[in-house]
Amino acid sequence: MIGHAEKAATFAADEGRAHWHDQSLWFVRLKRDRQAESIPEWEDLREAAAAIKAHTLSRIADYLEEFERNSRSNGIQVHWARDGAEHNAIVHRILADRGITRLVKSKSMLTEECHLNPYLEAHGIEVTDTDLGERIVQLRHEPPSHIVLPAIHLKKEDIGELFHKELGTAEGASDPKYLTEAARSHLRQKFMAAQAGLTGVNFAIAETGGFVVCTNEGNADMGTSLPPVHIACMGIEKIVPRTKDLAIFLRLLARSATGQPVTTYTTHFHGPLSTPGGELHVVIVDNGRSAILGQETFRRSLSCIRCGACMNTCPVFRRSGGYSYGYTVPGPIGSLLAPLRDPRKFASLPFASSLCGSCSDVCPVKIDLHHELYALREELVRKKAVPLHKRMAMAVLSSVLARPWAYRLAGSLMRWILPRLPRDFAYGPWNPWGRQRELPPMPQQSFRDFIKKESE
Amino acid sequence: MSKVGLFIPCYVDQMYPQVGLATLRVLRRLGIDVDFPEEQTCCGQPMANSGCAEYARPLAERFLRIFSKYDHVVAPSGSCVSMVRNHYTQWLEGKPDFDHLRTTTFELCEYLVDVARVVKVDGDFPCKVGLHMSCHGLRELRLGRSSELTVKPFNKVRLLLAQLRGIELVELARSDECCGFGGTFAVNEEAVSCLMGRDRIADHEKAGAEIIAGFDTSCLMHLDGLIRRQNKPLRVMHVAEILEGAKLS
Repeated sequence: MIGHAEKAATFAADEGRAHWHDQSLWFVRLKRDRQAESIPEWEDLREAAAAIKAHTLSRIADYLEEFERNSRSNGIQVHWARDGAEHNAIVHRILADRGITRLVKSKSMLTEECHLNPYLEAHGIEVTDTDLGERIVQLRHEPPSHIVLPAIHLKKEDIGELFHKELGTAEGASDPKYLTEAARSHLRQKFMAAQAGLTGVNFAIAETGGFVVCTNEGNADMGTSLPPVHIACMGIEKIVPRTKDLAIFLRLLARSATGQPVTTYTTHFHGPLSTPGGELHVVIVDNGRSAILGQETFRRSLSCIRCGACMNTCPVFRRSGGYSYGYTVPGPIGSLLAPLRDPRKFASLPFASSLCGSCSDVCPVKIDLHHELYALREELVRKKAVPLHKRMAMAVLSSVLARPWAYRLAGSLMRWILPRLPRDFAYGPWNPWGRQRELPPMPQQSFRDFIKKESE
Repeated sequence: MSKVGLFIPCYVDQMYPQVGLATLRVLRRLGIDVDFPEEQTCCGQPMANSGCAEYARPLAERFLRIFSKYDHVVAPSGSCVSMVRNHYTQWLEGKPDFDHLRTTTFELCEYLVDVARVVKVDGDFPCKVGLHMSCHGLRELRLGRSSELTVKPFNKVRLLLAQLRGIELVELARSDECCGFGGTFAVNEEAVSCLMGRDRIADHEKAGAEIIAGFDTSCLMHLDGLIRRQNKPLRVMHVAEILEGAKLS
C-alpha cells in the first residue's frame, strides 16, 4: 500500500505548485495570527475551551441524552447511528419515505467520512454540495483536500477550466468574480429545486436541544429555509453543555480557521420550519468515536472543532497536500484520527510529521497533537503495523547504543569508512539522506577521543 | 560547588566534536566544574521517535544511572534534553533520582540563562546571523515564545547572542518554521524534509544571513547538507561555537 511519503514526494516534486500551496496556507496562518493577537485573553480562551471539552467528553453520554430530550421537546426528530452505514441508511430512509430525490448539502465533513454522496446517488438521489469549494471538488469527482478549504489544492485556472466544461463559462476565463457568479446562478437553481437540505453541525447544545451551523456563504441557510425538510448530521463529539459555552468556541473557531473574527453566518437551529411539511432531523453518529473515547492517551483528539488550523500551520501538510493523507480529515489531526480507526491502512500517517509541535500550539482547544502522534507511533509499533525492517533497524541501533564499546567501534568505523567510499556508492540509492544532501563531514576524532587525550 | 555532567549527544560526539568542545569551553570559562562521563552514548531518541519505545527504554535507564549523580546535566541540544525531560517519564516515573534528573537536565542556553544566571556576554561577532529556533527547544523546552502563542515574547538564545558586538540578527519571514529534519523523518519523508530545509535556507538567505546559528546540531546537519550540495555561501554554526570566544558573566 502507498504510504504518505510516496504521495507527498509526488506532490513536492512539482515544486512551483507545492510552494504555491504552502504560501496560500501560510497566508491563512498569518491571518489567524493577527486575529489571535487581537484578543488579549486568547490563551485563556484556549484553556477554557480545552477544559469544557475535557469535561464534556468525561460525561458525554449524559450530555447527549440531555440534548436528545431537549431536541425532541423542540419538535426535532433525533436518530442515533452506530457507524457510517447506519448513518447513510437513516438519511436515505428519511428521504425515501418522503419521496425526495433532490438534496442540497452544506459542508459536512461527517457525510464525507461516511461516504454519503455515493450511497445516496446509488439510490437514485441527486446530491448537490453547495459550498463553493465543495461543489468544485464534487464536479471534479474528488474528495475535499482540506476540511475548511476543500479546493485549496486548485488554482483559479483549474476552476475556470472545470466550469467551462461543467457550467458553460467562457473558455480560458479565470476571473474569480466571474466564476463565482457562474457558480452562484448554477447553485441557485439547485436550491430552488431541492426537496431537502442537509447540513453538518458545529456545536450541539445539551441544555437547549438546539445546534449551531457556521458558514461563510450562507448556503446552509438557503438549503435549510427553502426546502421543508432539514437533516443535520453530527458526530457525538459536537456536543457542548451550555449556550454560554458558544461564547468561547465561536470566538476561537473562525479566528483559528480562516482568520476571520466570526463566520459570516452563525445560524442557531431550535426546531423545524413552521411552514407546512417542515421537519428537522438530527442524526447523531458514533462511527468509531467512542472507541477513541475509551483510549485515555488519545481521548483529547475528540475535542477537535474542525477549524483546520493544524493543517494551515503544518509545514508537512503545506508541502504534501491533503490527498497525501488518504483520509477525509488530513493533516495532524487526521494523522491521529485515521490510524485510530484503521491502524494498518493509515500506519504511515503519524510518521508524516517532523513533530515540530506547531499544531499543538496553534490548536484552539489545545489538543496535544504532536505528543499524541508520538504516542500513536508507539502504539502502531506495538500492533506491528510498522514495517519489520524499520523495527529491526531500531533493535540493532539500540543494542549498539546500549554498549559503549560497540558504540565507540561503530562510530570509529563509520568515520573511517564513509570518507573512503567511492562517491557513487556513498550516494547510491541505498542512501535517502544523500539524495539532496551531503553527508556530514567525518572528523578523525570523536569528542570523547579529544577528552581522553586531554585527561592523559 | 555544583558539578555539571556534560551530555554530548551521540551524533555530536561522533561527527561534530567541535560543538562538544565549544560547549565544554563555554562552561569551563564560567568556572563551572564539568565532568564528561564516558559511559554515555545516546538518550534513545531515535528509537522513541520511531515508536520503538521498548528499544529506547534501556537507554533511558542507562542515562539515569550515569547522570543522576550530578547537580546539573547540560547538553548542547534542545531535542535530546526534551527527550529526557518530556519523554523519559513513561519508563522512569517513580524511580529514585528520576525527578532530580528530569528537573536538572538543561539545554546549554537555558542553563546559561536560568541556572548560571549569565547576564552579560562580552565578545565580538561581526556577522549577519539568522537564528534557527529548533522546534523541540522552542516548543518543548520553551527557550523562546513560539509564533503561534500570544504570550509576551521572549527568547533565551537571542538574549545571549544579541549582546555580542557587531552581530546582526536578521529578521526571518517565518521566525520559527521547522527545517524538516525531524529525526527519522529526514529519511522516511525525504522529499518533504528536503523541501522544508531548502525553504528554510531560502528564508535565511533572503534575510541576508551569512551564518545560520542554532542550538541543535541535528537541524544544522540537515541544513548544512543541503547548503553544501547547492554550494551556497551560507555557513551553519552551533550557538556554543559562537559563544566560546566571548566572556560570559
